[in-house]
Amino acid sequence: MSTSTTLEAPKTGTWDGGNEPLKASYGKLMMWFFLLSDAFTFGALLIVYGLSRHSHLPYTGSPDDFTFSTEWWPIPEKVFNAFPGFHGVDLPLAFVALMTMILILSSVTMVLAVEAGHRMDKNDVQKWLMWTILFGSIFLGCQAWEWAHFITGTDEGMLLADGTRIFGANLTMNQYGPPLFADLFFFITGFHGTHVLSGVVLLVMIFINTVNGVYHKRGHYEMVEKVGLYWHFVDLVWVFVFTFFYLI
Amino acid sequence: MSSTDISINKDVHHAHEEHDHHHDQNFFEKYIFSQDHKVIAKQFLFGGIFWGFVGGFLSVIFRLQLGWPEATFAFLEPIFGGWIVNGKLDPEFYLALVTMHGTIMVFFVLTAGLSGTFSNFLIPLQIGARDMASGFMNMLSFWIFFLASIIMFWSLFLSTGPAGGGWTVYPPLSALPQAISGSGMGMTMWLVSMALFIVSQLLGGVNYITTVINLRTKGMSMTKLPLTIWAFFLTAILGLLSFPVLFSAALLLIFDRSFGTSFYLSDIYIAGEALANTGGSAILFQHLFWFLGHPEVYIVILPTFGIVSEVIATNSRKPIFGYRAMIGSMLGISLLSFVVWAHHMFVTGMNPFLGSVFMFLTLIIAVPSAVKVFNWLATLWRGNIRFTAAMMFAIAFVSLFISGGLTGIILGNSALDIQLHDTYFVIAHFHLVMGAAAFFGMFCGIYHWFPKMFGRMMDEKLGFVHFWLTFLSAYLVFMPMHYIGIAGFPRRYYSWTGFDAFNTFTDLNSFISIAAILGFTAQLIFLFNFIYSIFKGRRATANPWHSNTLEWTTPVNPGHGNWPGEIPTVYRWPYDYSKPGAPEDYIPQNVPFSQTQSSNLPYERDLE
Repeated sequence: MSTSTTLEAPKTGTWDGGNEPLKASYGKLMMWFFLLSDAFTFGALLIVYGLSRHSHLPYTGSPDDFTFSTEWWPIPEKVFNAFPGFHGVDLPLAFVALMTMILILSSVTMVLAVEAGHRMDKNDVQKWLMWTILFGSIFLGCQAWEWAHFITGTDEGMLLADGTRIFGANLTMNQYGPPLFADLFFFITGFHGTHVLSGVVLLVMIFINTVNGVYHKRGHYEMVEKVGLYWHFVDLVWVFVFTFFYLI
Repeated sequence: MSSTDISINKDVHHAHEEHDHHHDQNFFEKYIFSQDHKVIAKQFLFGGIFWGFVGGFLSVIFRLQLGWPEATFAFLEPIFGGWIVNGKLDPEFYLALVTMHGTIMVFFVLTAGLSGTFSNFLIPLQIGARDMASGFMNMLSFWIFFLASIIMFWSLFLSTGPAGGGWTVYPPLSALPQAISGSGMGMTMWLVSMALFIVSQLLGGVNYITTVINLRTKGMSMTKLPLTIWAFFLTAILGLLSFPVLFSAALLLIFDRSFGTSFYLSDIYIAGEALANTGGSAILFQHLFWFLGHPEVYIVILPTFGIVSEVIATNSRKPIFGYRAMIGSMLGISLLSFVVWAHHMFVTGMNPFLGSVFMFLTLIIAVPSAVKVFNWLATLWRGNIRFTAAMMFAIAFVSLFISGGLTGIILGNSALDIQLHDTYFVIAHFHLVMGAAAFFGMFCGIYHWFPKMFGRMMDEKLGFVHFWLTFLSAYLVFMPMHYIGIAGFPRRYYSWTGFDAFNTFTDLNSFISIAAILGFTAQLIFLFNFIYSIFKGRRATANPWHSNTLEWTTPVNPGHGNWPGEIPTVYRWPYDYSKPGAPEDYIPQNVPFSQTQSSNLPYERDLE
């Protein structure tokens, strides 16, 4: 039997209550759990992509002879080969690679902003948030160009059985392949783009707060960290979207 | 503000709470846009009860059609207007009725009404927290639910009717507005409402999870949590992981309906005309839907597992049997609930081998479910049982869960499902195991925690009348359905009198309908008791059931912040009932072992 003093005190282990067992504030935990659930949203969409793709025939001929047809799922390099200012030049995946680099770069600047927040260095937080907003906006601009090009189509378009040609893609027809390819492209990259846009809006909000010294007065820059978690998540999702749409 | 709180709320949140204490809240802040978890819980409860009556009323109307297929219902014309044609229910109206009954009951009553009420109310009170982690998001969760409710309720009054494609809204029926009138505007509003509903659930869910992880009071380890909290915690995790998938599915369906995409549509002729949509798959929607849909049935039933465990232990005056086994079985059920969804799709033409995998996983759920049932029975066994109204509902819950669960083992077989799929056998199974049982769990919770919610007691005698009528009608409605279901009687049919095979069931169908009307009427007793007791009920004491959990250490009417002084510290698990050597037959969780020397067991602290 223990003495009465030990019977008087509650246990104080990590999970014994009265503390933060995961060493994270409630706000950060909420962000983590939101991201977990958002991962399932994207997971579902990417599974839809995978299943839709597998219910269509792949292109089996030589890549050099590839033509757009609703009969088979297109080869991504043949679809995404344009670059602004290089009309008619075949630059497979060059532009999307650039976009991806910009987005990954924005993650780097975000990390630097969070790190500056830990040091309570207001000027550095401002500087790196600014860069992150800039890169995020450039990514959105690139996506707008990518969409515009995808919608306008190529000079040749697709030759239909009845001799007519269709150019570009929208939600009901698609010069690059089966209509579903365009549907999924617009839906999934659009859904991701909406996330990036929300992220940029959040970044602008915390940027204004930082400039006004809100976090400095509060004594910590946790809000920057929370938005940072979201921003890295959106980048990570892009890596998967990129892999699904452009690489495989 | 007490000192215990400071370590928890380092944030703005703390400053905000302090602020709340200083100025008087006006009516809107206190009752309408309240951030107090107890008020939000009551808002969800009132919402749930309202929807429960709407959903129940709809079922009575379609039971009239099923029970008396030849009769005319001209007396309904003043209520339903154009939906009654020559005294007969319009067939498309019938489809809308069953669709909305399902939607309302599953989502608006047994998800929002049940989790929304009890998770909100009990999590902070039972873990010893001043409020939810984020009161603002909690408030937002209710008001988004409210918005979803308004849209869904509004759709009931559209001239083309609410959604009519079944609560599972399978495309292509739900995707093509020209298919039935229930796939028109009503379906659009269904989808918008459900999208908002999901947002509300996620806001609530992250709050519940975070609160349980971060805001437990000193000493409240995970293995000293009341089983209710474990149940709400796991329910929130299930919702958090499964609702987003329905969200994706619903967004894709919205695009198919409104923007001409073909995610779920392919090779469709409608009214002799070929649609342009190619390449999509309707089965894909079913996979996405049931990836939510199956965890959803556990989202409905898990909170009641917790509520019933708590009420049975308290009213048997015995520790819950197998506390850790209860937690383990809930964890097992939660895990399995994500890998069994395709058992809803055995007859969609899926690979029989895949079917057998899903059958195997499905049948495994019987194991943790049986563990729970045996534990409840063992808790009751030789207990010092007090038959309160809440206890009656808890015991009946176990009964309904057994009766409904046994048929689940039958339905889980992919071969038997070929005969039983989409028959009244399925209806009987899930209404007993997750419909009636969850309702009984909800009633159990309302009767049990009513004193803490409103500071008054509900009338026990009316509670018993309500219980017996509800219990009898539940079995009288659903038991005969097994019988007609085995005979192949299909669900969702407006008229069955044209089939010779089913004409012999006319009397049985009338019988079911009479029992259903009885059951619905009995709920009016509950409604009266509920409203009357809020204003005129007998005043409650602080701990009327002599229960151990922390919510009963608060004042009779806990204010904002729950405990006037410091938050109590927890020393023991919540089930020290009838402990040998103790003067009373209960020892609340906040009583230190130093005060209970006469009942302490050797190595008490090592056994925890």
